[in-house]
Amino acid sequence: MADFGGPKWLVDRREEGRSAFERMGIPSATQEVWRYSPIGNLELERFAPALAEKVNEDIIPPQLLENAATVVRVLGGTPQIASHDLAGLSVTTASAHAEGQELLGSVVGGNEAIVALNDGYLSDAIIIDVKRGALIEQPIVIVHHVAPGASFPRTFVRMGDGAVATVIEVAIGGAGETLNVPVTEMDVAERANLRYGAIQLLGSEAWHMATIDAKVEKDGVINQFTAGLGGRYDRCRSDVALVGQGASSMLRATYLGSGEQIHDLRTKQDHIAPKTQSDLLCKGAVFGTSRSIYTGLIKMQRGAMRSDAMQTNHNLVLSETARADSVPNLDITENDVRCSHASTVGPIDEDQRYYLESRGIDPEHAQGLLVRGFFKDLLDRTTVPIAPALAGLVIEERVEEEGI
Amino acid sequence: MSSHELVISHLTATAAGKEVLTGVNLTVKSGEVHVIMGPNGSGKSTLAHALMGRPGTVITGGSITLDGKELVGLAPHERAQAGLFLALQQPVEVPGVSVRDALVAAGVGASDIEGTLLREAAAVGLRSDLLDRPLNVDLSGGEAKRNEIVQLAALQPAIAVLDEIDSGLDVDALGAVSRRIEEATKEWNLGVLAITHFQRLLDELHADVIHVLVGGKIVKSGGPELAKELEATGYSAFQTA
Repeated sequence: MADFGGPKWLVDRREEGRSAFERMGIPSATQEVWRYSPIGNLELERFAPALAEKVNEDIIPPQLLENAATVVRVLGGTPQIASHDLAGLSVTTASAHAEGQELLGSVVGGNEAIVALNDGYLSDAIIIDVKRGALIEQPIVIVHHVAPGASFPRTFVRMGDGAVATVIEVAIGGAGETLNVPVTEMDVAERANLRYGAIQLLGSEAWHMATIDAKVEKDGVINQFTAGLGGRYDRCRSDVALVGQGASSMLRATYLGSGEQIHDLRTKQDHIAPKTQSDLLCKGAVFGTSRSIYTGLIKMQRGAMRSDAMQTNHNLVLSETARADSVPNLDITENDVRCSHASTVGPIDEDQRYYLESRGIDPEHAQGLLVRGFFKDLLDRTTVPIAPALAGLVIEERVEEEGI
Repeated sequence: MSSHELVISHLTATAAGKEVLTGVNLTVKSGEVHVIMGPNGSGKSTLAHALMGRPGTVITGGSITLDGKELVGLAPHERAQAGLFLALQQPVEVPGVSVRDALVAAGVGASDIEGTLLREAAAVGLRSDLLDRPLNVDLSGGEAKRNEIVQLAALQPAIAVLDEIDSGLDVDALGAVSRRIEEATKEWNLGVLAITHFQRLLDELHADVIHVLVGGKIVKSGGPELAKELEATGYSAFQTA
């Protein structure tokens, strides 16, 4: 069972988190960021804290673990830090970190029920510190072993000035009734470059409600890839705040729904400083009676002059009973900026199908090529290492299961 | 070499609910090059899509047979498998699907496809690195047209319909594409039906028969001398006729 001990600040934080959550309550689908979601069905009291036990790891290609700078396994929300000998990289728990108390919450803030819930029940957190100027070539891999019950994993990545690193989080397990509420905070300092991948592969009954929040300083770069593939309800709120001049963000995101899955992705590209750039491409598909929700906000704050933002969301709806909602939004209070957004929801493109069929490809094969091509296009446009390949393997399996 | 025959007779068709083809009669045999010329709105592209069976182009009468087999009522892939090929006026972008994947799915042997692609790309002056791109994605109009000819050569159909193959190609590229098509008429006895708006195609592609399509039907057919007549009089003489 999750360990709720630790230093006094951590015990206090849990208490504050719980009372903040009491105060705020479970969010309501009437709130814009929860619109269309099944959040009203969440019954927290049904979940006991998850056991700290390993689940089957076979879904993860061995090379990913063998080639990692270090592998942290998180069992039921409790991190098991492994030793490594790389200069410039420190991986510890928050309770063992001198600044753990200050770091946790410094990016994500505390004014959000789901984050308060994580604060209230987190066992400990992982703090990844990449020192000023360090170049960590191999990925830092975090494998979340999600046992039945409730888990509240927490990750904080701090990139020092000019540091370069890759962090990949994979969530596996989640068989049976499971609630997983991870929060990942990333603080990218000046000229640092962080590549981050998050892949969710939980079982078909699990609820997964993730928060990913990043802050990027002057000329810093964050390059992210997220894939929501498992779960009954898979939610991810992914926000980036570009706080320093010239900061940039790239996000590639995908989801694949089958059965009765709900995938729910909310993004924010918050341009605060001048000459900041963001580029978001999200492509997902829904089969069966599954549904997807994408809402994205590009915010151009006063003072973010000469900034540039792109946001594109494409959805393939592959059955009569599946549904996808796509809601792009712009909030612009600065004149001298460039923004573009595009969104599509629909079945396979008739012209593409006709083109392939005119080469002698039968409709079934044409559909297979087009669905695979739809995802391949997204994965090919992703420059985060390794994570897209892992997602691609799972997507291929899932597409095959749909008989395509 | 095998010999084939595409016979279009009394073909009428509507596109977007409007009658466009009003009775087309035409026969293309293996090894022949036919060029259909016509002004805008005469039904050129509708004819191309009626032959391949594009959804939305509805055949209301007549027949299209290839070696005696009726194509009307067949799905596009069945017409292609019967030996028909259509090079599109505007080749469609297909994200994530390479020309290699598409051709293998269409039945081209996977073992020798690399050599075929490189050879055929060189023949029409298509940069070989463009073969790695998804179909037509980020290709210029001319590159996409050359890519259509690469696919034509890999598939080796009996009869090829080329819809405005000349648009987007400069003179040199049009020359290279025309040479490849002419070679194909000898190499595997390809029959060609090229559809165009412009005279310039005839400067490069040697046509055995030229047809003038006006008002959804062929109003005149003849040898290369018909091109000269068209050059002198334009389409107006045929339109008022």
